[in-house]
Amino acid sequence: MLSRILSGDFPRSRVLTAVLIVVVLGLALAPFVFPGARALNVAAKICVFIVLVASFDLLLGYTGIVSFAHTMFFGIGAYGVAVAITRMGPSWAAVAAGVGVALVLSFALSLVIGLFSLRVKAMFYAMITLAVAVAFQTLASQLSDLTGGEDGLSFKVPELLTPSFSLSETPFLGVSLNGKLISYYLLFAATVLLFLVMLRIVNSPFGRVLQAIRENEFRAEALGYRTVAYRTASNVLSASFATLAGALLALWLRYNGPDTSLSFEIMIDILLIVVIGGMGTLYGAVVGSAIFIIAQNYLQDLMKLASNATSGVPVLRDLLHPDRWLLWLGLLFIISVYRFPIGIVGKLRVNAWIKARAKAMAAATAKGVS
Amino acid sequence: MSFALETRDLTIRFGGHVAVNSVTCGFVPGTLTSIVGPNGAGKTTYFNLISGQLRASAGRVLLRGEDISSRSAPQRSHLGIGRAFQLTNLFPNLTVLENVRLAVQSRARLGGNLWSVWSSHRELIGRAEEVLETVALAAKRDVAASALPHGDQRKLEVAILMALEPDVFMFDEPTAGMSVDEVPVILDLIRALKTQADKTILLVEHKMDVVRELSDRIVVLHNGALVADGEPAAVIASPVVQEAYLGVEVKK
Repeated sequence: MLSRILSGDFPRSRVLTAVLIVVVLGLALAPFVFPGARALNVAAKICVFIVLVASFDLLLGYTGIVSFAHTMFFGIGAYGVAVAITRMGPSWAAVAAGVGVALVLSFALSLVIGLFSLRVKAMFYAMITLAVAVAFQTLASQLSDLTGGEDGLSFKVPELLTPSFSLSETPFLGVSLNGKLISYYLLFAATVLLFLVMLRIVNSPFGRVLQAIRENEFRAEALGYRTVAYRTASNVLSASFATLAGALLALWLRYNGPDTSLSFEIMIDILLIVVIGGMGTLYGAVVGSAIFIIAQNYLQDLMKLASNATSGVPVLRDLLHPDRWLLWLGLLFIISVYRFPIGIVGKLRVNAWIKARAKAMAAATAKGVS
Repeated sequence: MSFALETRDLTIRFGGHVAVNSVTCGFVPGTLTSIVGPNGAGKTTYFNLISGQLRASAGRVLLRGEDISSRSAPQRSHLGIGRAFQLTNLFPNLTVLENVRLAVQSRARLGGNLWSVWSSHRELIGRAEEVLETVALAAKRDVAASALPHGDQRKLEVAILMALEPDVFMFDEPTAGMSVDEVPVILDLIRALKTQADKTILLVEHKMDVVRELSDRIVVLHNGALVADGEPAAVIASPVVQEAYLGVEVKK
């Protein structure tokens, strides 16, 4: 049963299993365990990033395609919902229409980019995606009638998801059962579902071909796999999941603008998370997103505490000033990339494998002795 | 006699250099044809033209009488042309079993399946294990291909070809760089293939004793052109081979 749900792709490391359980439980119980709007926002952002980063891993980690256009598809999903609701009003039909149009647009764009440029060398492909993404971002901020320009669009969501909607007057475990809570659990459920679907895709015969293409495209061709078709399909799938992640983000924030979903900073975040978590593992997206987003949001608080504690020490006090948080975040990444070049998940799996082998060898020698 | 595979005036030019020059040759099922010639004679390029890694500048490739010159490499693979490469060409970070299983999966045409779990297709794994048995690699099924010693990588290369179960087998120096005690495994496999009347085997090989023993026929390429073709003993003895291949100056 569990094997079917996880598509036979287990964490293969006790530590990783424990970390994943902590992350999933933490997200599942976030509204009750970590009260407050800010904590819930962080949890929601982790959920969105799990889908977004996993979809990017499908492309980079599994197929070996470097693309910088991933935020474009993320943005299309977010703008799809935002524009549709702004025009049609806060109804489920508008949400469906927005997601539908966004998916069609992403499908078409990723197909065209894929067919146009997958035949060129990796470096040129990366450059083409970068150019398209920048053009799209400019377009989105210029078409202010449609997209709200730099200001973006604030909109209402269907009533079920609004804070004023109440399921029950009496709070449950001290948490009021309102639309915000429903909205969070909808996001959480969608994240779990989309992640499991992606896990299935990478563990399908199709997913295995993607890994073969990453390893040796020439050989995959000689075996009879039409690699251009597979790479294009990988491109389209990855774009579709990123679009859905964007739609989820917009529904949660009830706002979308260029900086929330299209900025190049998000693209860099995605790259960092996928590398820190571990490329080609998909679980890396879960672990990486949780660590990254938490660090991004709470490092400043932590530093404020540290800075106050060291207020008597001249240089250290300034180094730990909350304004220096980016410096420390950068340092954390350098250390993690240096310590875990294959990502956290990769490192944990290798450790587990070495341990298991040592055990097996010890058992074998013991048998030989007796 | 009908040919399984045929090339007609097959030519490829790289700029001014003619790497394969108007080679017309047919290959009959149930026979093993060795293609010999000095380094740079165009043997591997000729193979690349047949299996579709390169497109011909002129001439045609026919499979069972049908023109496949415009078909891509993946299409030719599905039509029954299988190729083992001279420079070992594996999926380095995938396991030995997965390298072979991918070939079995391609043959089963399951690559487009996105919704089943790969490991639920037990029959593909079983078939891959069977093939690994035949090259004596079953014990190393879970090792990454890149971690294998060179001889085992050559065996895996051949195993991948076997797993494709093609009609036309193309071996490009299958035993190159193998230690003496490993060579028989490969040669036994090729001998076993020869007993199947419907299989056509093309072999590029430098070891003349291997060529002499296995071949039903020898074709000699020199500077991209076909210069000799016939019974092994006759071809090896011919002056053109003595000169072109063995580098012996023939006294006039």
